[in-house]
Amino acid sequence: MVILLLLLTLVVFILFSLLPADPARLTCGKGCTPAVLEANRHKLGLDLPVIQQYWEFMKGLFVGRIYAADSPDPVVCNAPCLGYSFKRGEEVLVLIKDRLPATIWLALGAFILWLAAGISVGVYAALRRGRWQDKTVMGISLAGYSLPSFFLGLMAIFFIVIRLQLLPYPSYVSPFENPIQFFQTMLLPWIVLAILYAAFYMRLTRNQMLEVLGEDYIRTARAKGLPERIVIRKHALRAGLTPIVTAAGLDLAGLLGGAIITESIFSLPGLGSLAVNSVNDADLPVIVGITLVTATFIIVANLIVDLLYAVIDPRVRLVS
Amino acid sequence: MTEHSNLRRAFLEVSDLSVQFPTEDGIVRAVDGVSFSIERGQTLAIVGESGSGKSVTAQAVMGLINKRNADVSGQANFDGEDLVAMSDEDLRKLRGNKMSMIFQDPMSSLHPFYRIGDQLTEAINAHQKVSKTEARDRAIEMLHKVGIPLPAKRFDDYPHQFSGGMRQRVMIAMALINSPSLLIADEPTTALDVTVQAQIIELISQLQREFDTAVILITHDLGIVADVADEVAVMYGARVVEHGSVDDIFYHPQMPYTLGLLASVPRLTQVRNDRLDPIPGNPPSPLRLPTGCVFHPRCVYQDEVVGDLCRTQRPDLESVGPGHEVRCHLPAAKRQAAAEVALAALGRSST
Repeated sequence: MVILLLLLTLVVFILFSLLPADPARLTCGKGCTPAVLEANRHKLGLDLPVIQQYWEFMKGLFVGRIYAADSPDPVVCNAPCLGYSFKRGEEVLVLIKDRLPATIWLALGAFILWLAAGISVGVYAALRRGRWQDKTVMGISLAGYSLPSFFLGLMAIFFIVIRLQLLPYPSYVSPFENPIQFFQTMLLPWIVLAILYAAFYMRLTRNQMLEVLGEDYIRTARAKGLPERIVIRKHALRAGLTPIVTAAGLDLAGLLGGAIITESIFSLPGLGSLAVNSVNDADLPVIVGITLVTATFIIVANLIVDLLYAVIDPRVRLVS
Repeated sequence: MTEHSNLRRAFLEVSDLSVQFPTEDGIVRAVDGVSFSIERGQTLAIVGESGSGKSVTAQAVMGLINKRNADVSGQANFDGEDLVAMSDEDLRKLRGNKMSMIFQDPMSSLHPFYRIGDQLTEAINAHQKVSKTEARDRAIEMLHKVGIPLPAKRFDDYPHQFSGGMRQRVMIAMALINSPSLLIADEPTTALDVTVQAQIIELISQLQREFDTAVILITHDLGIVADVADEVAVMYGARVVEHGSVDDIFYHPQMPYTLGLLASVPRLTQVRNDRLDPIPGNPPSPLRLPTGCVFHPRCVYQDEVVGDLCRTQRPDLESVGPGHEVRCHLPAAKRQAAAEVALAALGRSST
């Protein structure tokens, strides 16, 4: 797992070094002289070979590092140092920490919404397979699946915020400071994201349920005289849950790395918008930092999903 | 069967039961006018090839046919109540309680994610309010009864920790845990090893005696039928084509299909190179059942019936002796002759 993360940073480093853009040039501004450019390049450590830059980065991660140690104003970055953004004049870790709450709230809220909607509607459609309810649900899900998030997001802002003025223009605050404004801001992005994901989960749940409902043990459950609602919830849904948990874990982790488009549309100060801005600015330290954090989320999510398998399915458990 | 109806109703009396599934290709007649009856403590075997409608008949009696996808008609009087006309909720209350069912494949019939103890107590709790410990005690007692060693320990195991035979024992424990008066066993031994088959059948018989249960045994294993059944209904093409006591079916069979079925059973005494006599042709598709007698396309005697009756007219179940009924156009004398020839053939190969 750790090796995977290290490899990943290496790949990002190499890819970035191949970019035609010169990060030092971007820090230098208009009246740039070759001397200043060179000084900046040295300050950023960009005059070193890529491998050595990578070595410095790894060192910073574990023992901390000092940027521009030989200059009059060195920058100290303590371990774990994900790097220092000269563009923003801030440690990458601090930048990410600042942006993380908005992303986490966005992802969690949408996650709960889409799971609740996706699973319940999926089960409903499965129970009415082939009838008009099923067809309607599947039609809507196809539409939701195909709509791009920028379209949905912009439409939501245009109609609900601007035309009908049901909600104020989104402006993110912490839920601990101003819960009402927080919910007003997050409601639309939650719904927009949830619609996109729920569409997929409806289909997934429906197909899982249809498969499981044909199983022999469902017939057994009915033969026992269990009420249909218990047959569905306890016997069928539980058995069909495994792939849903897999998908949910990975989707949530992916979202924790930043919902780029949704965050941009609703001007949420999350990781996604930070990533976009950093790419525009060729702000290497920030990009590497975000990549590392996102990758960690995904790897941890994989681990949790694997552990959940054992909770769901006793056959996966190790014999003690 | 019919001789009871004038005096009093049998414990379970199924009459003219039909199940049809409308599909895109047409109507599937899975069960077509099936009648039989059974008393407590008795065993009725329903035999027939795959697709003859045995399992659907059983599921219709249990109310396991989804009425949204199928038309169920006829009557099934069970201890004074009509199972066909009953509401889903009333049926549910009977299922697993007064009547229960075990299935063909024990490997897939238990939920893989739940402990078998929980699956057993679930069956108790579905029908009565008992405390957790009482349910547990009863489940463990039942596991013991069906011959599971260390039942208190095995209570907390998952199905994948059991062998196929043991799982079928668990299924039987689950089916009998509320002391049902009717047990339907749908090919309970088909998926098991031969040695385990005999044990399972013996277990069912033993518990049947203990609980005075009526057992409907669905099978295509004639050996088992000869062992445990009191009465036999032979099904072919969604209909009962012959019905009678075990002796009637094995020693005085009348319907050409029954003869064919008997002739196709391998016998230990058979001469090594003597080949089995399968019935020529294939079972009919329930989508397009043959007109007239459903068996006529495969029947070697159809030309002996005058006036093309076999092709054009559906034969009725005709009484040929006490409790012995046959659905065949062949005149009694010719049926008798056919049966003698067939039985003699069996006798010959056993010399």
